[in-house]
This record gives sequence, C-alpha cells and structure tokens, in this order.
Amino acid sequence: MLQKMYDWIDERVDITPLWRDIADHEVPEHVNPAHHFSAFVYCFGGLTFFVTVIQVLSGMFLTMYYVPDIENAWRSVYYLQTEVAHGQIVRGMHHWGASVVIVMLFLHTLRVFFQGAYKKPRELNWMVGVLIFFVMLALGLTGYLLPWDNKAYFATVVTLQIAEGVPFIGEMAKTLLNGDPSIVGAQTLARFFAIHVFFLPAALFVLMGIHFIMIRKQGISGPL
Amino acid sequence: MSEKKQQVSRRQFLNYTLTGVGGFMAASMLAPMVRFAIDPVLKASAGGDMQAVADVSEITTEPQRFEWTVEQVDAWYTSDVTHSAWVYKNENDEIVPLSPVCKHLGCQVNWAGNEDYPDQFYCPCHDGRYLKDGTNVPNTPPDAPLDLFEYEVKDGTLYLGQPVPREEV
Repeated sequence: MLQKMYDWIDERVDITPLWRDIADHEVPEHVNPAHHFSAFVYCFGGLTFFVTVIQVLSGMFLTMYYVPDIENAWRSVYYLQTEVAHGQIVRGMHHWGASVVIVMLFLHTLRVFFQGAYKKPRELNWMVGVLIFFVMLALGLTGYLLPWDNKAYFATVVTLQIAEGVPFIGEMAKTLLNGDPSIVGAQTLARFFAIHVFFLPAALFVLMGIHFIMIRKQGISGPL
Repeated sequence: MSEKKQQVSRRQFLNYTLTGVGGFMAASMLAPMVRFAIDPVLKASAGGDMQAVADVSEITTEPQRFEWTVEQVDAWYTSDVTHSAWVYKNENDEIVPLSPVCKHLGCQVNWAGNEDYPDQFYCPCHDGRYLKDGTNVPNTPPDAPLDLFEYEVKDGTLYLGQPVPREEV
C-alpha cells in the first residue's frame, strides 16, 4: 500500500533522487561510533538539530495558549502549566531544551575547534555556525522575557542596559529592542514575542539550511 | 507450508529497528504535545449553576426581558457576562422562560419587536418570527422553536439554568 502510494508519486514527480540527496549517503568509518566509540563526538551537531526540532515543535504548541500581553502573559503561562493536560511537560521541554540546545551547540563547536575541522575549505561553514550560535543565544534571550514574571522582567532590564552600553548606537539599539525609550512593558513584550517566534526562527532555518548544504557539498572532514 | 525460513537481511533488520526506535522517539515526543493541544476538546464542560433571575411577583402574562449577570471564567480571563431571557406566565399560570437567541442564525429576538406583529417575537436580522409560546412561525427563516430555560422557583425567586432546545412542533 505504502509502496504503491510512493510509486504513484515517484512516477509523476521523480522524488527518489530528492530524498537520496538528503538521506542516502555513506558515513565514513572514522565518524561511525560503531567502529571507534570516540566518534560519538560527531553526534553533537545532529543532537543540536534534534533538540532544535523539539524546541520548534514545543514552541509551536505553546503558542496555542500563550498570549504576549502584559496583562495576560503570566496568567496564560500559569494557566497552561496548571490547568492544561501535559502543560508542565510541554513547557518543561521548551524550558530545559533551551538550555540543552546551548550545551549541545557548545560541545559541537568544541569538537569542530579541537579537530581543526573549521580549516580550509570549511571556513565559511564555521562562520555560518557562529551566526547560528548568535541566533540561538538571541532566541534564549528573547524567550526568557515571555513568561513576564519578575525574573524575566529584570533579566530583560539588564539585557537592555547591556545593549545601551554599546558605543554611539547604544541608545538607539536599546530603544529598538525595547520599543520605548524608557518603559520596559507592553511594547517590549510584543516585540520580543515577534522576534522570538517569527524573525529569529526564520533566520535560524535559513542558516541551518546553508550549514547542512555546505556539509553535504564539502563532506565531513577527514580523520585526525 | 514451506520449510524455507523467512530470511531477514541485515539491511532489513536495521531498517525495521531504526524505524521502530525512531517512531517510538517521535511518538513519545509528540504525545504530550498533542494531548496538550486537544485538551479543550477533552475537558468536561462545567454544567452551569441555576442563577437567580427575577422575583416571581414581577412576572406577568406579557413577556418581559430579564437580565442577570454571571462571572464567566474563560481560561485565564474572568469577566462578568450578562445573559437575558423573555419570561411570562401562560394561561395555566406556568412560567415560560424563553431564550432570546433566534434559531435561525443566533440574533436576539424581541417581543413585539415589529409593530406589524405586536403579539409575536421578532428577529430584526432576517424577519424571523415566533408565537408567544416560542413556536416559530412557518415561512419565516427559523426552523425550530426558541429554546426554553431550565427553571425552578425557590422562595418566590425564579432561578434559570441552561437553555434547552425543543423538538420541532
């Protein structure tokens, strides 16, 4: 049945080469943990991606209940945590996943760094990776404000002061992030929500796409 | 029955194992999220309490609109919502509490809302009409009589519950 459906589609649009490009490629012996257990370090990038998928999914589901409004943000989070089935689990996944993704990203970076895998011809991919790292940090930062509790609020106050510390454009950067020259409030929350849910994920997907295409083009770096 | 053993190749075995493990992981990841999303469907609806609406002595044989306010808890938002009913006493001295919601598309009907039909309920949206007992007038848009509230009288006060649909007369 499945085979027939697949054949029906394949006959018309020839999808086999498409998924072959994505999924069907050889894994060199030196990156296969079955051959050398120490090769598990090559899993960190994939694990980062896996946790990112969890973040995207749990985030999508959280927006079914969350509202980015200063009157209701905290209450909607409290409601989904206490009244909605599995609310604690879904928010827990997003909360802990946010930390895990940074850890995995860091381990992946360390592996690439100490193996010298960033060297020619892979310098560009290292740069894209660094951009992904920044986007992830920004996602963590903007997401931190969304529950709109005391910790979130004052963490954001501090963040905005850091942004203000930038020479020359500091004040503008702060107002741009804040939505208001002085009040950390309604506009800040709406802005951080938009950045967290639309702008940064869009940037992240583009960068991840480039990252993966380059890996496929250049292959995995050789053994040490 | 053939004696030939069904051989599972190494490739097939790994395929099945990976699909199984992957499927299990994906399912355990998605299960809480899906349950989270469909929660409103599975939540038991809170049956409304009876609300005090009016003094029985106020009720006449002419339908009157009575309003009452309930505290509505909408997830994280609590507000006061006003409901209304058209109430009168019929010739057998029974209280008839009619829902004001038109059975056509849900507008609010009014008693004697149209001067051409002074003894009928009238819906301004599409000229729907109902007789005094709530029966829809044939050849007007509504296809069912107005809902009747559950009601009880305690110590001379009328309490109303939920509106209950009636079968077509």
